[in-house]
Amino acid sequence: MPAPVISATGLTKKYKDFVAVGGIDFEIAPGESFGFLGPNGAGKSTTMRMVGAVSTRTSGDLSILGMDPNDRGPEIRSLLGVVPQQDNLDQELRVRDNLIVYGRYFGISRASVAKKADELLEFAQLADRAKAKVDDLSGGMKRRLTIARALINDPRILLLDEPTTGLDPQARHILWDRLFRLKEQGTTLVLTTHYMDEAEQLCDRLVVVDKGTIMAEGSPASLIREYSSREVAEVRFGSDRNATVAEQIQDVGDRIEVLPDRILIYSADGDAELAELARRGFEPITSLVRRSSLEDVFLRLTGRTLIE
Amino acid sequence: MSASTTFKPRRWGSWYVAEHRIRGMRSYLRTIIATSIGNPLVYLFALGVGLASLVGTPMGGVSYLTFVAPALLATAAVTVAAEESTYPMMMGFKWNPIFFAMNAAPISGKQIVNGMVIGMLARVVPTCAIYFVVMMLFGAVPSPLGFIGILSASFTGLAVGVVIMSYTSTIEEDKGQMAMIMRFGITPMFLFSGTFFPLATLPVYLQWIGWVSPLWHGTELGRVLAYGASEPAWLTLVHIVYLVALAVFGWKRTQLVVVRRLNK
Repeated sequence: MPAPVISATGLTKKYKDFVAVGGIDFEIAPGESFGFLGPNGAGKSTTMRMVGAVSTRTSGDLSILGMDPNDRGPEIRSLLGVVPQQDNLDQELRVRDNLIVYGRYFGISRASVAKKADELLEFAQLADRAKAKVDDLSGGMKRRLTIARALINDPRILLLDEPTTGLDPQARHILWDRLFRLKEQGTTLVLTTHYMDEAEQLCDRLVVVDKGTIMAEGSPASLIREYSSREVAEVRFGSDRNATVAEQIQDVGDRIEVLPDRILIYSADGDAELAELARRGFEPITSLVRRSSLEDVFLRLTGRTLIE
Repeated sequence: MSASTTFKPRRWGSWYVAEHRIRGMRSYLRTIIATSIGNPLVYLFALGVGLASLVGTPMGGVSYLTFVAPALLATAAVTVAAEESTYPMMMGFKWNPIFFAMNAAPISGKQIVNGMVIGMLARVVPTCAIYFVVMMLFGAVPSPLGFIGILSASFTGLAVGVVIMSYTSTIEEDKGQMAMIMRFGITPMFLFSGTFFPLATLPVYLQWIGWVSPLWHGTELGRVLAYGASEPAWLTLVHIVYLVALAVFGWKRTQLVVVRRLNK
């Protein structure tokens, strides 16, 4: 494995008595697409701010592109692209000017930054909106502009904090497509998400985080293999009956999870489990069989669902 | 070659921020131009000519117009500085949080503050220069050294501006604090800083307002420069030292606040 572009050992961030990030270890290889999957408040954004060299760690070691953010913050940041959770474009400036002003922060000359801005507007499919006011853009367009802005310095690593939160499905897919292209070009992507489909789409490898600690690490497929079954049968008996039925079907499938609105039966063959329920005379109001996802991994690891 | 000599943002970051800020001003450029020309015309005419006809008696040997003009110049600088140090700071952290974006790029909190101060001066200095030209046209500047008043007024604006910034940079939630600064800070300062009448004519128990008011110190300094108003040399020195002290305090404190607020 080539030398990691990011490596953290015992990385910790405390706010007074509150431990936001509780001593985590991870390494990210060049060109890798690495994800932090976890619910809101898991410490993902705090980790991203430490990796982005804007938030000082409380303890532990952190190396970004071979440099310590405590000593070389600005130099590190000049090699990163950052897409924050909340768009922070300048609404007083027009679309193209947002890119130009931002490029200047990296010491790029006015002539080069103008050329780069036009390329990136193409890439972000915003060329026809170059002179538009930022306020007039849709949520998806603002997000793409923020990503374009993050690429103005040809970053070695792109940090994306919840890149598609709040976007409609179509806008998400356009964004994923753009991110996928970057990944193909060899840009290292580091992203946080609480959407398991996003993690499955974009991440080569990810860590599941909860309450500031890493619960598991691996590729999406390996995590599902390790912590879940191939399929899941979801059955609903009504919120007042789910718990009682669950007790009676404990031996069905590999394992059972009871959620307030449904029962999940983990099994290699979901249809077989539904047939078994029918044979025993249980008639769910609704039932479906699906493939296991990272959501199930998370539920297994933490006993909670990702989006609460 | 060490990184610090080749790494441009470390050296030029403050100027990049100022460049950004000045670009942002373009969106209200017309208002800026109209007020910076309209204000001196209106104020000098209303007070220096209109009110002067009621006051009549020369003040300390000069006409009322000559007496009031340096005060109006300093006030204009302070007003513009106050505008640039209230809402733009709140914007940068909250409504249009570009400070976080700058900081995610190689720009430090200190550089952000420096850039905002340079941006503020980019409005204050031309405002004062235009004001001064209008004062000349009104014949309100007898002394050949009067033009230095552009600098003393600008510096007064700077001192007040950075002190306001050191407060506005701490505001998390807008509960009308900035309107309060204008209403209970800038406006009373304008009225009680020896602007329209010498401070000595105020009752003793109100004179302290003038003494603590940077506008009074700036105004008196302007009067010395514009028409050689007579005051002891030590007092002139006090004006300068006081304004410099405020500027250093405000600037440093704003840097501290902004650096701390960005590093969460």
